[in-house]
Amino acid sequence: MISFHLDARSGIAPYLQIVGQVRQALLLGLLSEGDKLPTVKEVVAKVAINPNTVSKAYRELEHLGLAAAKPGVGTFITRSLGQASLAEHGPLQQELRGWLAKARAAGLTEPGIDAMFQNTLREKVEEKI
Amino acid sequence: MNPVLQAHALGKRYGQRQALADCTLEVPPGRVVGLVGPNGAGKTTLLKIACGMLAPTTGRIEVLGEQPAAGPAQLARVGYVAQDTPTYASLSVADHLKLGAKLNPRWDAKLAQARIDQLGLEPKQKAGKLSGGQRAQLALTVAVAKRPGLLILDEPVASLDPLARRDFLRHLMESVAENDTSVILSSHLVSDLERVCDYLIVLVASRVQLAGETEDLLAEHYRIVCSRRQDTDLPPELDVIWSEHTGRQSTFIVRSQTGLPAGGWPAEHLDLEDLVLTYMERSAGRGRRTATRTTGDAR
Repeated sequence: MISFHLDARSGIAPYLQIVGQVRQALLLGLLSEGDKLPTVKEVVAKVAINPNTVSKAYRELEHLGLAAAKPGVGTFITRSLGQASLAEHGPLQQELRGWLAKARAAGLTEPGIDAMFQNTLREKVEEKI
Repeated sequence: MNPVLQAHALGKRYGQRQALADCTLEVPPGRVVGLVGPNGAGKTTLLKIACGMLAPTTGRIEVLGEQPAAGPAQLARVGYVAQDTPTYASLSVADHLKLGAKLNPRWDAKLAQARIDQLGLEPKQKAGKLSGGQRAQLALTVAVAKRPGLLILDEPVASLDPLARRDFLRHLMESVAENDTSVILSSHLVSDLERVCDYLIVLVASRVQLAGETEDLLAEHYRIVCSRRQDTDLPPELDVIWSEHTGRQSTFIVRSQTGLPAGGWPAEHLDLEDLVLTYMERSAGRGRRTATRTTGDAR
């Protein structure tokens, strides 16, 4: 079972933060097909957020085809995005390593790199909408 | 679905002082409503009217489809925790549950006991000897075990330390998830409400300045920072809420229900705290506004 956290300063809608954390757990192999997500009640009792936020995140996961609700039982992961899928993208990771080396050589520190990455990612996400 | 609270032109006057004026609201069910505003804005007055402890001077209000305190059935469906989460200092924790059971027809003894166990409260302990956080949790337990359709909380976390605050909100959210209770809670701190509220009412100087689904409100407001210009130089579909000008630069907070107009405006969204502060500052008369463009939706 995974647990969620909320970053109030991120500027990302809370329900999207939960979706993102599930996705990340899938990518890291912490979650895989058949795993049960914590119930809405369990999440809010731990994180102190609005239950509707969690429900909305779970609906979004269903919409994305990553999870499915079984009425009265809970919400379950329906697809694995484990290590294998990351490994398939080895060349991409190589490129990223190369880019990181360039960024460091250009004098960017870790927070600067992170900010640039997050900003660009956000811009890309917004473009798609 | 019927609104949990519906107010029309509601007002309350204490002698010369207008504590609440022209308050028109329609709160949908199933929400956790944050009522924010500075001290003395009229939050407590509105909440007391909603639970039937105060009668309005003008206007109408319905809570769960009936006038507040219309009868025992209506009262049984509304839970109210007054400011600073009061308890009876000389009564024990167990006495509070006994009292709750005697006074409330829909009392859920099992739920009350489970919650007390979960909190680790000693039943024989006098409420006066509890810590602030424990007292708040006891008051919440009594209100929740009443199984209300609407739970009204007046500044429940204001006097709690950050840890007790988080604990309180966790338990509150847990009971919302469990019982489908609608909640209205007031605070003068937005940070308390940011995580838990999905509906927001900003009350300043006895008037409702803004009300709506938090998510919509956040999506509709933008901050535009640009070279100095007049409010009237902005596209007409932007409703200027607040503006500030320096020698070279203008900063606008605008509202648009139709998104940003074309033209590559350098705009960004506000966080909830900035949004609320904008409306508070505006009604406090800070930040210049143009006389020609009155801002819509002030009520």
